[in-house]
Amino acid sequence: MTSATALTEDLRTVAVSSPREPRRRRGARDFFARLPMRLIIAILLVVEIYPMLWMFLGSFKTQSEFLSEPFWALPASWSLDNYVEVFTTGGFGQYILNSVIAVFPSLFCILLFGVAAGFALEVLVWKGRGTVLLLFLAGIMVPAQMILLPLFTMYFRTGLTGSLWPLILTYIATGLPLTVFMMATFFRSVPREIFEAATLDGASMLRAFWSVGIPLVRNAIFTVGLVQFFFIWNDLLIALTFTTSSDLRTIQVGLLNFTGQYGAVQYGPTFAAIAVNVFGTLALYLFLNQQVMKGLTAGSVKG
Amino acid sequence: MEKTLGDKRAILILLGPALLVYTLIMLVPIVWSLGYTVMDGNPIVGFQFNGFDNFVKFFGDPAAWEAVGFTLRYALVLTVLQVGIGFLLALLYVFWLRKASGLIRTIVFFPVVLPTVAVALLFQRLFEAAPTTGPVNALLNSFGLESVDWFGTPDASFWIVILMDLWRSMGFYAVLLYAGLVDIPDELLESARLDGASGWKLIRSIVLPLSLPVLLSSLIFSINGTLKVFDTVVALTNGGPGNATTPLTVYMFETSFTYGEYGYGSTVALMLTILCLLFTVFIFRSTRRDLTKG
Repeated sequence: MTSATALTEDLRTVAVSSPREPRRRRGARDFFARLPMRLIIAILLVVEIYPMLWMFLGSFKTQSEFLSEPFWALPASWSLDNYVEVFTTGGFGQYILNSVIAVFPSLFCILLFGVAAGFALEVLVWKGRGTVLLLFLAGIMVPAQMILLPLFTMYFRTGLTGSLWPLILTYIATGLPLTVFMMATFFRSVPREIFEAATLDGASMLRAFWSVGIPLVRNAIFTVGLVQFFFIWNDLLIALTFTTSSDLRTIQVGLLNFTGQYGAVQYGPTFAAIAVNVFGTLALYLFLNQQVMKGLTAGSVKG
Repeated sequence: MEKTLGDKRAILILLGPALLVYTLIMLVPIVWSLGYTVMDGNPIVGFQFNGFDNFVKFFGDPAAWEAVGFTLRYALVLTVLQVGIGFLLALLYVFWLRKASGLIRTIVFFPVVLPTVAVALLFQRLFEAAPTTGPVNALLNSFGLESVDWFGTPDASFWIVILMDLWRSMGFYAVLLYAGLVDIPDELLESARLDGASGWKLIRSIVLPLSLPVLLSSLIFSINGTLKVFDTVVALTNGGPGNATTPLTVYMFETSFTYGEYGYGSTVALMLTILCLLFTVFIFRSTRRDLTKG
């Protein structure tokens, strides 16, 4: 909304309300007119924020507090026992480490390969590049279920099962289609003259890619990297399929198996485990929310 | 210059790694999976050709049809709800909150970035009926209503899956649609207002038709994503009670890895792919917008 519409809006209100009406009454009427909408916004905020708050408070409560106190009670003490349990009995240290080992190398390769491929498909001129781009695009639509079984066989035969390699390789391959597609889109918005000028100055295409192409789309690479990070870090399907032993679990698979470990539900530790799991992405969102929102909506083709 | 832009060596170096990984780990397995659909067995016991038995089995398998039914029901209901509520939120941002909407947009969007497993475990506790009463049931009790066993009956567990995904995704669709709404030229809204259109009438006759393209693509993105639902169901209800909330993805996972039927599992996966492709064709047909042009 620009100020122009806001102005017409104001003009309209002025025109509608009679000039003789006392100011105070108008204020009261405005207040009641806005009340339903304010209520909706308040409910919306409670619905979004309260579960997180409840989870955070719950992570400090003891089992008996959960069973005997009502849900809104504050924790009796701010002890970190539940968190300690998550890392000792729960083994979350190992899970986080596994996730880091699987996610960051994959992310690096996805970006490097994806940006290079986007450049080759969009800036370079050759026959068949349209077809190859479509081939990558097709990968966005195909559900991962379609490739799981052959991959399982492949990793089993090559002896990669039992390591984190299946995760890394699968993440790279499934991350590429969207990355290539998005990078090709970004390179398309760069004027071709820039690359033509670089070649006229005697730069080879590889040089033009490193010294001209990458700096130009630096922000785009960052955005795509964020999007891919969320997809891979939060992935459950691939991690669940290729995690054959408990010490290979990623943080998501670890959390999924967390409640089952003790038989009865251990409320406090479960909440602490959720808090630990949520912390990474939430912290990232706290600092980079604008880029995250832009990136994730741009990547919505992935569904 | 054309020669430099078409440098074969550069193409090979730049495109090579991506194409190699993509071919080996996506394209080859897709074709390989098609091969599995006419086989019986798994890598441990070996494979045997069995013609179209898997397809015959699929069409006569009540559990498979139940899974198709749940998948479609879930995808349609969630798509309508998340795009519908997303659109209402977007209207709220654009016409009510205006410039002040930034913070609310950011807050309503945030569940999208949370890991599904974490949200699911949290929702299990939020909607718990016994042994402790979760906040939702406590709220129902305070209105004099009975606690609902959200995970015990097929209907309730269907809605809990929908509710959770709605909580996670409505902010996302709101931002997606918001981007479309702010593109509507102000002059148009202004002149419509001067002509006396306001409130619901303004939305119906000006805003809705103008945001139809972005609404339509949201619908299709949504349905394409929701057909592939996996994480939510596995972590929240694990397909239960019984098979009531088992989508095709989970059914495929169970037949393949719990029962070791790779051939049949691939067939189920293929059916899911066909379902997604049908809707994708629908994207290109109905939006008539070139997706490759962003």
